Amino acid sequence: MTIADKGPRTRPFEANWLARIGWLLLALYVVYAGAQLGFSWQRFSDGLGQGGKFIARMFPPNFTRWELLMSGIVESLQIAVLSTVVGIVISLPVGLLAARNLMPAWVTWPARGFIALCRSFHPIIVAILFVKAVGFGALAGILALIIASIGFISKLFAEAIEEISLKQVEAVRATGAGFTHILIMGVQPQVLPRFIGFAAYQLDSNLRNSTMVGIVGGGGIGATLFTAYQRFDYDFVLAMLIVIVAMIMVAEIVTGWARKVFQ
Amino acid sequence: MTVAERLERKWRRFTLGQRLARYAFYVTTVVAVIVSLRYVNVIPEFLYDAPSQVGDLFGRMWPMDWKYLGPTITALIETLHIATLGTILALLMAVPVGLMAARNVTPNYGLNLIAKFILVTSRSVNSLVWALLFVAVFGPGPLAGTLAIAFRSIGFTGKLLAEALEEANAGSIEALVAAGAPRASIISKGYWPQVEPAFWSISLFRWDINIRESAVLGLVGAGGIGVALDTALNLLYWDQVAVVLLAIFAVVILTEIFVTIIRNRVL
Repeated sequence: MTIADKGPRTRPFEANWLARIGWLLLALYVVYAGAQLGFSWQRFSDGLGQGGKFIARMFPPNFTRWELLMSGIVESLQIAVLSTVVGIVISLPVGLLAARNLMPAWVTWPARGFIALCRSFHPIIVAILFVKAVGFGALAGILALIIASIGFISKLFAEAIEEISLKQVEAVRATGAGFTHILIMGVQPQVLPRFIGFAAYQLDSNLRNSTMVGIVGGGGIGATLFTAYQRFDYDFVLAMLIVIVAMIMVAEIVTGWARKVFQ
Repeated sequence: MTVAERLERKWRRFTLGQRLARYAFYVTTVVAVIVSLRYVNVIPEFLYDAPSQVGDLFGRMWPMDWKYLGPTITALIETLHIATLGTILALLMAVPVGLMAARNVTPNYGLNLIAKFILVTSRSVNSLVWALLFVAVFGPGPLAGTLAIAFRSIGFTGKLLAEALEEANAGSIEALVAAGAPRASIISKGYWPQVEPAFWSISLFRWDINIRESAVLGLVGAGGIGVALDTALNLLYWDQVAVVLLAIFAVVILTEIFVTIIRNRVL
């Protein structure tokens, strides 16, 4: 059979008209939504001029009020550590209750609903409600981030438990172990490394958010940051941002190390 | 080592180094918790009246002020536009950065490092901080919010995209290189078909996150439903706050259902 016998030549890469129409609709949406939000080139180019002035006012960063800065940073760290630890402690039973391979359906559904409720609001919005409930200060921030931690860790923890091998659980059960022993000897070794990974990720995430809950009165560096911003102390804002970003990067290195230890 | 010595040796699951590292981790955790508990500035008296404060909160929220539903929905649509446009803009910027960060696409250590630096910077700055910066530059409004969402999302989408690219099968790429395909063709016909499912999955995932995040950007003046929330909060109109919270809750649930359906159908 020669090449000519194979019939008419087909294009190696068929044009996909459905995809092209999809891209076109997407482009139309972008134009429409941009117009709805009042975007214009004029506004953008005006902003770039403003941006130059803004950056000029930010430099050099002003570290003269470093005591205020450090007290805010330390409070943010405390909020992050406490909310992560308490959040993990609560997440363990909640995640276990939500695991469908170990628990009956009438237990998993309420647990899953609770997790979904914890996840549905941004931590800052939860912080607003807690500021009303327990007043201004670190406590409101801690409680808000505990809710965020429960929502995240329980969900992933439940998924991790659902993925374990049931053979080991069966083996432990065959020795006559009770439910607690099955959890400790059959389930825990399988999920611990992943669990540490989630916890490390949540610590990072809580650290980022603990620098922000202060905007609504939840303690930490956020309050100082927002006040300085509203008073146009942009050089102090830059100083705080540098310290925050440095702290987050160091935290990422530390949690990465913790993850490696438990691999 | 004699046989007797070997028999004496106890089997341990972890090496000494591993055990020391784990102990160091536990000790560090305990010390961090104790120090935080000892020095954190919490006023316990505030906790005593928390139940009555929560009761008061719900008392003020109910009945809800349904007249505020109109402005809330307008603001909600603005939030959806901010989140969607921000995600699209982020993807446009993340694709080149992701390509630059993937070591197999860009075999240049310097360029990889620059791309990684861009990704880390984007992720390390909170979306509210990005919003503050863009409000200062472009003034209050949805433009600042959209850019904040976009710049915040580059790090996340770019990192995941680079990882997907690095996992791409080298065979079809080599075939294209051997056929003499130019770079653009290698990317569009070699890499793109392999990472396309991951790309859409990442986009949907980030869009879902961005809808939640864009709901709070208004607290610093960056447009969307957060502005409606901020106004109601500052006036202590808790019955209006309740309407806004209910609207945010509804949208988040609907988005999650929508994303799940698409994920199951298409991906």
